[in-house]
Amino acid sequence: MLRFVGGRLVQIAITFFLFLTVVFFLFQAMPGDYTKQFIMNPRIPPAAREALKVRLGLTDSVWGQYVNYVRNVFTGNLGLSFEHYPREVWDVIKERLPRTAILFLVASVMAFVWGFPLGRYIAWKRGQTLDYTITVAGVLFYTIFTPLLALMLLFVFANQLGWFRTGGFLTPRLWLTPPSSPQSIFIWLAATLAGLGTWAVLARFATRRIGHPRPRRLAQRGLVVVGVGLAGLGWWASGLGPFAWDIVWHMFLPVLAVTLIAFGGDMLLMRDSMLEVIREDYITTAKAKGLPDKVVRDRHAARTALLPLVTSFTLSIGFVVSGGIVTETMFSWKGMGLTYLNALLIQDYPMAMGCLIFTGILVLVAHLVADLLYAVLDPRIVY
Amino acid sequence: MTDRTPAQYAITPLWKMRLRLLARTSRQNWSLFWESRIGPVGLLIIGLFLLAMVAHPILISTVWEPRVYDPVMGFDRALIGRHPAPPSWSHPLGTDPIGRDVLSQLMWSARSAFALGVTAAVISVVIGTLIGAVCAYFGGVVDVVFMRLADLVMLFPFIALLMVLRSVLPLTLIRLALILGALSGLGGITIVLKSQALTVKVKPYIEAARVAGGGSWHIIRRHIIPNIMPLTFLYMMFNVTAAIFTEAVLSFFGFLDIRMSWGVMINTAQQAGYLGAFGHYWWLWAPAGAAITLLCFAFYLVGRGLDAVVNPRLRRR
Repeated sequence: MLRFVGGRLVQIAITFFLFLTVVFFLFQAMPGDYTKQFIMNPRIPPAAREALKVRLGLTDSVWGQYVNYVRNVFTGNLGLSFEHYPREVWDVIKERLPRTAILFLVASVMAFVWGFPLGRYIAWKRGQTLDYTITVAGVLFYTIFTPLLALMLLFVFANQLGWFRTGGFLTPRLWLTPPSSPQSIFIWLAATLAGLGTWAVLARFATRRIGHPRPRRLAQRGLVVVGVGLAGLGWWASGLGPFAWDIVWHMFLPVLAVTLIAFGGDMLLMRDSMLEVIREDYITTAKAKGLPDKVVRDRHAARTALLPLVTSFTLSIGFVVSGGIVTETMFSWKGMGLTYLNALLIQDYPMAMGCLIFTGILVLVAHLVADLLYAVLDPRIVY
Repeated sequence: MTDRTPAQYAITPLWKMRLRLLARTSRQNWSLFWESRIGPVGLLIIGLFLLAMVAHPILISTVWEPRVYDPVMGFDRALIGRHPAPPSWSHPLGTDPIGRDVLSQLMWSARSAFALGVTAAVISVVIGTLIGAVCAYFGGVVDVVFMRLADLVMLFPFIALLMVLRSVLPLTLIRLALILGALSGLGGITIVLKSQALTVKVKPYIEAARVAGGGSWHIIRRHIIPNIMPLTFLYMMFNVTAAIFTEAVLSFFGFLDIRMSWGVMINTAQQAGYLGAFGHYWWLWAPAGAAITLLCFAFYLVGRGLDAVVNPRLRRR
């Protein structure tokens, strides 16, 4: 196991280095350099532009700049953002990265929680009208043009029903005199979510031995409700509740959009994967033993059928990150995607490069996690 | 089929036998495709889009005055000052902020969507099939290099990188098709097709062909590639969806040098500030968005229908 992780880390380091190189030369290939922006400005004479070039290190050869850049990245220096001038790129990313990570993590989990059982169910009911209906709906969600989905959600839930805000991260009026910075509240919120997730998993494990399904389910749900209640109580007691709720409220629609899209893919894949597993001999054996249908479906078939889902999660992550640019833009959710797009549009190159680099890191880490998860799920795989 | 003596079989020319075999397998495959029920629906939707594509030049040359209805240069003077005009008899889907007919744009854009989707998909599967077959057959260094490359390509956030690439070289439709085709061909498809080719490689007939003196290229060309072809065709459908989607997203943000496409239509509405008004100017974004979604949807359905044909494990019996 350790050897496997070690090997994977080396691979990741090489991949990351290649990614870094591609990013650098892509930006290098752009015509001109940053100082060309001031060429039409009469208040910045050529001498000042030359001085700026020297200061930014643009007078070096391309290779010199490349070596410089790589050294800077590996020592954690991503430079200053042009847009948020005195702030460092890293400082901005530190603020935006959790927002993207939480958005996609929550959406991925929700998509899985819905898509997994539904795919399992319709595979069992294959060929019936219900199967066709849900499959077509799943394909529709999976292939829907993201801006269209976002616009429809905004139109229905924000514009017509008025349940949610049309975008943004928080309601400015509420935050005129915040007791704490939005960022720290958001981090605490993320921690709460992570804690609740862990709590739910633990509750599942703790009640695993309860023989009868009904009291087991009751105990599980009871424990989860208690956990949620405790978390709510904690937030209420801290007096920051309304502020945290404001952020959650703004998060709702973007999470829903990403969930719907990811849900379609998860469900379809689960269905196909189940259909393949159902034909295996050991399923026939399980049925012949006289086990109830539900046990065969959930305990014998679904666990094996889960594996391709994990693989596809790995394969689709690059695509998901790209899709994040669309979702975040449509809902004005200030995460990495929106920051990246803005930086590109106003030619804030250090910021754009920083965003790309961290997107790469995010993808690579997710890749590693999926690999490890695979090992946990598939007892045949021993690293 | 009537009974024949072996002599009668012997005089049947080879091409005739092949044709008959082809007819029989395609009949079988069609019935499997038809049974999937969702495949034909996708085919029907694609057919409708093709019809719209063909109808556009005919309409322009007969009923629609080009000066008013041209998808890029048109302008309706009768409605001056009232653009974007809501749907009416002369403009069934209204006009856009600069006075062009939305329906005409919608129909015209089907052409570029098909051109882009099909070109990108064909390129990607040609690359994927070749590399997959070669990697599976030869293995060794070639295999390792291309598989690691595929891993790398798959990790890259395509859209984000294309946004940068666009300032290096203007992304026209054909360039975008080439780039998308090459990138996805080197990525996931290669891995899938290689694993399929590996299962073909160990079949006895490959051994037989080698014993009979067939060279490597002959075996790859005549035995391996034809046997992974069905899967190739399947992935082509999924790739059309991906290419159309990527084009739409990029032109929605205005990152492409394309004069008219469904994504550009929504971008035009956004640039003019009509997206924030939601329901009021629905004809500026809903038809184009629906067209993108429907075409992607249709190709994906066809892909799933083909999946039922290609993958025997998904069949009911």
